[in-house]
Amino acid sequence: MQTTQQNFEYAASIESTDVVKISAKNKLFINGQFVAPSSNKYFASINPATEEKLSEIAEANHKDVDKAVKAARKAYTQTWSKISGKERGRYLFKIARLIQERAREFAVLETLDNGKPIRESRDVDIPLVAAHFFYYAGWADKLHYAVPGCGQSSGLSGRQKAPSPLGVIGQIIPWNFPLLMAAWKIAPALACGNTLVLKPAESTSLSCLLLAEILQEAGLPDGVVNIVTGAGETGAALVAHEGVNKISFTGSTEVGRLILKSVANTNKKLTLELGGKSAHIIYEDAAQDQAIEGVINGIFFNQGHVCCAGSRLLLEESIAEVFVDKLKARMEKLRVGNPLDKNTDIGAINSLTEHQKIKKLIDTGKTEDGEFFEPSRFALPTKGYFHKPCFFNKVSSAFTLSRVEVFGPVLTISTFRTAQEAINKANDTPYGLAAGVWSEKGSKIHKTAQGLKAGVIWANTYNKFDPSSPFGGYNESGWGREGGRHGLLPYLAV
Amino acid sequence: MRRLNNSNLKIAKTIKLFIGGEFQRTESGRSAAVYIHEKSKAKDRAKDRVKKTYANVCLASRKDLRNAVSAAQAAQPGWQNKSAYNRGQILYRMAEMTEAKREEFVEILKVTRGLSKTSAEKSVSQAIEAFVYYAGFADKFQQIMGSVNPVSGPHHNVTSTEAVGLVGLICDKKFDLAAVVAQIAAIITTGNALVSLLPFEGSVLLAPLAEVFATSDLPKGVINLLSGNTEELYPQFGSHMEIQSLSCQLRDKKNLGELRTMAAANMKRIIPPVKNLQSLEHLMSFVEFKTVWHPVGY
Repeated sequence: MQTTQQNFEYAASIESTDVVKISAKNKLFINGQFVAPSSNKYFASINPATEEKLSEIAEANHKDVDKAVKAARKAYTQTWSKISGKERGRYLFKIARLIQERAREFAVLETLDNGKPIRESRDVDIPLVAAHFFYYAGWADKLHYAVPGCGQSSGLSGRQKAPSPLGVIGQIIPWNFPLLMAAWKIAPALACGNTLVLKPAESTSLSCLLLAEILQEAGLPDGVVNIVTGAGETGAALVAHEGVNKISFTGSTEVGRLILKSVANTNKKLTLELGGKSAHIIYEDAAQDQAIEGVINGIFFNQGHVCCAGSRLLLEESIAEVFVDKLKARMEKLRVGNPLDKNTDIGAINSLTEHQKIKKLIDTGKTEDGEFFEPSRFALPTKGYFHKPCFFNKVSSAFTLSRVEVFGPVLTISTFRTAQEAINKANDTPYGLAAGVWSEKGSKIHKTAQGLKAGVIWANTYNKFDPSSPFGGYNESGWGREGGRHGLLPYLAV
Repeated sequence: MRRLNNSNLKIAKTIKLFIGGEFQRTESGRSAAVYIHEKSKAKDRAKDRVKKTYANVCLASRKDLRNAVSAAQAAQPGWQNKSAYNRGQILYRMAEMTEAKREEFVEILKVTRGLSKTSAEKSVSQAIEAFVYYAGFADKFQQIMGSVNPVSGPHHNVTSTEAVGLVGLICDKKFDLAAVVAQIAAIITTGNALVSLLPFEGSVLLAPLAEVFATSDLPKGVINLLSGNTEELYPQFGSHMEIQSLSCQLRDKKNLGELRTMAAANMKRIIPPVKNLQSLEHLMSFVEFKTVWHPVGY
């Protein structure tokens, strides 16, 4: 008798978009109001999963940026620096609650605009956004405890004075975690008593503008947070503005260099969270099945659009073959497609530009070195910017994709024989953002973690984030930390 | 035989560079004379109208800087991996060795910098204090600056301090011994290796300072001292791709701006002139924070 192959595919489980209302035109958020851009120019925001236009976004030029910075300055001098830390904290607590209450709306909007799976926006991005506001809310009236030795003013008799804020902060954030990056920047800056002008990435402005509505609802004083939408030119205008005391930027190392040069001859302070090419080390004594999940999460989480993605897999030679086979089998099971489907593992690449960049780098890789693999079991949707997860096995350290940040679902794999070789290979990069290490032997984990030149080390786990945990890199991965007590330092005059 | 005792034939030392724990002449073969300071009451000076040479100092070149960077790079991991207690002991030893050479330091400050005996003595005492201050900090700043982070979920999460790696130090042209010592001490306390450029004005002090470092059980290459022309060499520090952090004590904003521009090539950290030389804030400029996550479970 002939047996028929049973198909046990998941049925689609699509998250409803009813909860979200997107206005056709989105204005700038300056001085507590939504205002039209002075140029009257708008640009389109695309849903990368369907290639359809979601909405139009205002393009801020230098005049709008000037208005925003002035509004922030006024708010700083007239209200925000006058009120107590306790009051600032109250606003932040309230914002956190309002975000939680509208969490699903934020999650769906983020997925529509960014292309990330609803599972991630719902379970990772938005809960962390609320958590960041909650965490920093509590710091606002405790800043004198944040920096040992910096808060003392009058010895034993007097009260401790908190270190002072910097003034007006210009913040520029990327498109990979739009609202989460906004929360990382806004919450500590406000807790420390600064006011700010935020520029979201041009392809993902919508969730930040929805946050602006929350800020209005929370009654945050006008001008404390201003949001100017636009592309590179808007960002450049913000960086160059004389009224800004500090620039905090998350994005590529390339743009980070331009920003550094732009502010080099000014008194502006600078925090930079830049690129990475993080190594993921698997020792032969690792719990292999867990490590497979860690590697998958390390590189394919958020389509690999993660600055700390574990994009260089280093396998101990003795397990390499078996591990790669397991990885292939696991990758065949990944579900790439509609980001609104609750079963989707990998959503859409955020924009056509990024999609083309990834494809081009893969083409370069194919001409150079290594054994290319991508799953063959499934096909990609015909519409939208989708890309299969893939890897290049048996690559050398000089391989282009082992050196350049791809910012997509592309892994490189090479092997090592000794722990020292693993550490040397991991550190063989100008970056130093993150690294992963898997072993069941405690002392080996500690020794490896000590040797790795990176700001975040995930041992027997990967891509975990928390508002209390400092994040940031060594060397060309940037300056400063975000998150935790250490994340206050960039926003205080220490 | 009488002529040999004549003060005209007193042996004037040539001050060499201190690279990789060795006293080396500059590869460039360039040197310059440091004269006895006009305010100095040294007897020799009074007799003559012409400037009197006190010593010859090396004018380091770009290649000397590169050699010093190589030496520092080689030494850094070993220094960082020494126990914090041991680093503290070595810093304290530097204080002891400086005390032992007090007269020499005072003499040089008087004769080449024109300081009075009182202020020269004070300067040396402050330098010794700076060594002692940071000796005592070597095994404490980690506890103050690190943290155990209460993340949501079953993870152990710890933030600890680590050396930045290779730090450059460009000293203020208005050479202040105590300030320079505080800067050097702060930089090495956290486990960094150092290449420092002493301005011509203070370059005679390179000799006793290097002798202090060479006799304090400090591993070779952790501290490297160059003397030379600041204007010529600071851009070489700024553009060097292996220097990860650069403390610029030059007061001119133009210098700082130029260095910040050059820093973009490798995103090196640029540390502007410090206010409080003996402080936690000063140390904080020379650490990186590393956060390690590990699951908690059976």
